[in-house]
Order: sequence, then C-alpha cells, then structure tokens
Amino acid sequence: MMFQSVLFYVFAAMMLGAALGVVFSRNPVHAVMFLVLTFFQSAVLWLMVEVEFLAIVLVLVYVGAVMVLFLFVVMMLDVNIEAAKRGLTRYAPFGIAVALVMVIQLVQLIWARGQGVTSTGGFVATPEGYSNTKALGAVLYTEHVYAFEIAAVILLLAIVAAITLTMRKRPGLKLQNIAEQVAVQAKDRIRVVKMATEKKQ
Amino acid sequence: MIGLEHYLTLAAMLFVLSIAGIIVNRRNLILLLMCIELMLLAVNFNFVAFSRFHGDETGQVFVFFILTVAAAESAIGLAILVVLFRNKRSIAVQELNTLKG
Repeated sequence: MMFQSVLFYVFAAMMLGAALGVVFSRNPVHAVMFLVLTFFQSAVLWLMVEVEFLAIVLVLVYVGAVMVLFLFVVMMLDVNIEAAKRGLTRYAPFGIAVALVMVIQLVQLIWARGQGVTSTGGFVATPEGYSNTKALGAVLYTEHVYAFEIAAVILLLAIVAAITLTMRKRPGLKLQNIAEQVAVQAKDRIRVVKMATEKKQ
Repeated sequence: MIGLEHYLTLAAMLFVLSIAGIIVNRRNLILLLMCIELMLLAVNFNFVAFSRFHGDETGQVFVFFILTVAAAESAIGLAILVVLFRNKRSIAVQELNTLKG
C-alpha cells in the first residue's frame, strides 16, 4: 500500500510537470510532446485505480491519433515562434494569480469540506474475476446504446466537417469528371453528316 | 492510502493549470486547443475517480463519450486552424478580427 502511494505521487508529479511543460514551453512541438507525456502519465494513474479499458483507450486513441494529428498540424503550419513569445510575459502574472486562487479554493473544498463525506478511504474493491472491459461493455451496449450511436454519428460528422473544411480546389488543376465520362453517349462524340455522294473530279 | 481526495486534488491542479495556460498563451490558437484538451483530461479524472469511488461504471461510460466528443472537437478545431492559416498566414488570436465582434 505504501508502494502504491509512492507510485501515485511520482506519476502525479510527472503529470503535473508535463502539464506545466505544455503551458510554458516556447516551442509548439515541445508542447505537443509534453501533452503526450501528460496523457501517458494519466493513463498510468487510471490503471492504478483499475480503469484499464479507458487507460488503454487514452493511449491508443489520444496519444495514437489525436496527438499525432496535433503534431502534424504543428509541423505543417509554419508558426512564427518569436511572435507568439511576445505575449507570454504580459499575462503570465495574472494567469498564475488566478490559478493560485482557484487551486487554493478547490483544495480547501476537497480536503476541508469533504471531511466525513469522502474519508472512508480508498476505492471500492473489485470482486474476484472482475473485468473492467466486460463491465463497461455490459453497461455501454444496453443502457447507453443510443448515446453510443450518437457518438458514432458525431465521429462521422467530424470526418465530414474536417474533410470539407480542408479540401482545396486549386485553379488550373486537370481533373477527370467520372460521372460525365460514364454518362457520355455515342451521339455526343460522333457526328454523322449526311451528304450527297460526289463524283471524282 | 490513496483515496478519492488525492485524485480530485490532482484533477483540480490539472484543471487550474490549464486555465492558467489559456490565460498565459492567449496569442497562440494551437496552444489554446491543447489547454482545452488538458481541461477535458482533468474532468475525466474526476469522472474516473468518482466512478471507482461509488463502484458504478456509468462514470466511465461518460468518460468514453467525453473522449469521443473531444476527438471530434480537436479534429474540427485543427481543420479550422489549417483553413485559417491558409487564408491569413498566421494563427495569432489577435488577428481574428474580421467580423469586428
């Protein structure tokens, strides 16, 4: 149990450090890399409370797809780092002050006001042979099946929106029009000219 | 003994850090999107912690949907960002004043 606490504090510190790196790093590529580290650490922390399926999904979907998308965009856009750097110092004290006030309030709320409500300690112990994935699937495909289908539609919407937004038609590009090619008739291409026969001069 | 309070405190710290990030990085749209991702992660932490605390899987189902919507949101947001960069050659937030809003 002591070992688990130490592990929790180590991973939590690494996660907060990586999040600090996301916020304060000057280079956007470094920021994305720190974000990847943050998600990895949070996946580990979720594994520690036995939320295995979501931890794996976080690594596969978030680190594997969304963060790579971020990395692509960051590397594709030629962002001027110097220009982005100028605004950093002006708002930094204000941001840090807001963050400190909020974190003091939240921690006070959780630890002082939560006494007696959450002090039973620890999480619910899972029974023998419990499978997180199976339990999640049993709930997901029965109670929440409509929400699940709406999630699928939202993903389709995201695909359609992203493609239509970024598709670009360059002028002067030579393209096939397949529908026109398929629908062509013989009379569009061949012109039969009726004329009287002529004698050789 | 690591309990609910530890996870809630960690989520609160992450959330507050991402709010500070949004205030500090007000110029760079791509960093704003990353800070929003961090905020969603902090909220997911709360859901996971409470789900395990109550022994109820519904919170984890909610995290699943939040992940889905966040993936869709970042895909569309990045597409908008690419179109914006293509049109204005910059992603600075202070130059987004075409609508005069």
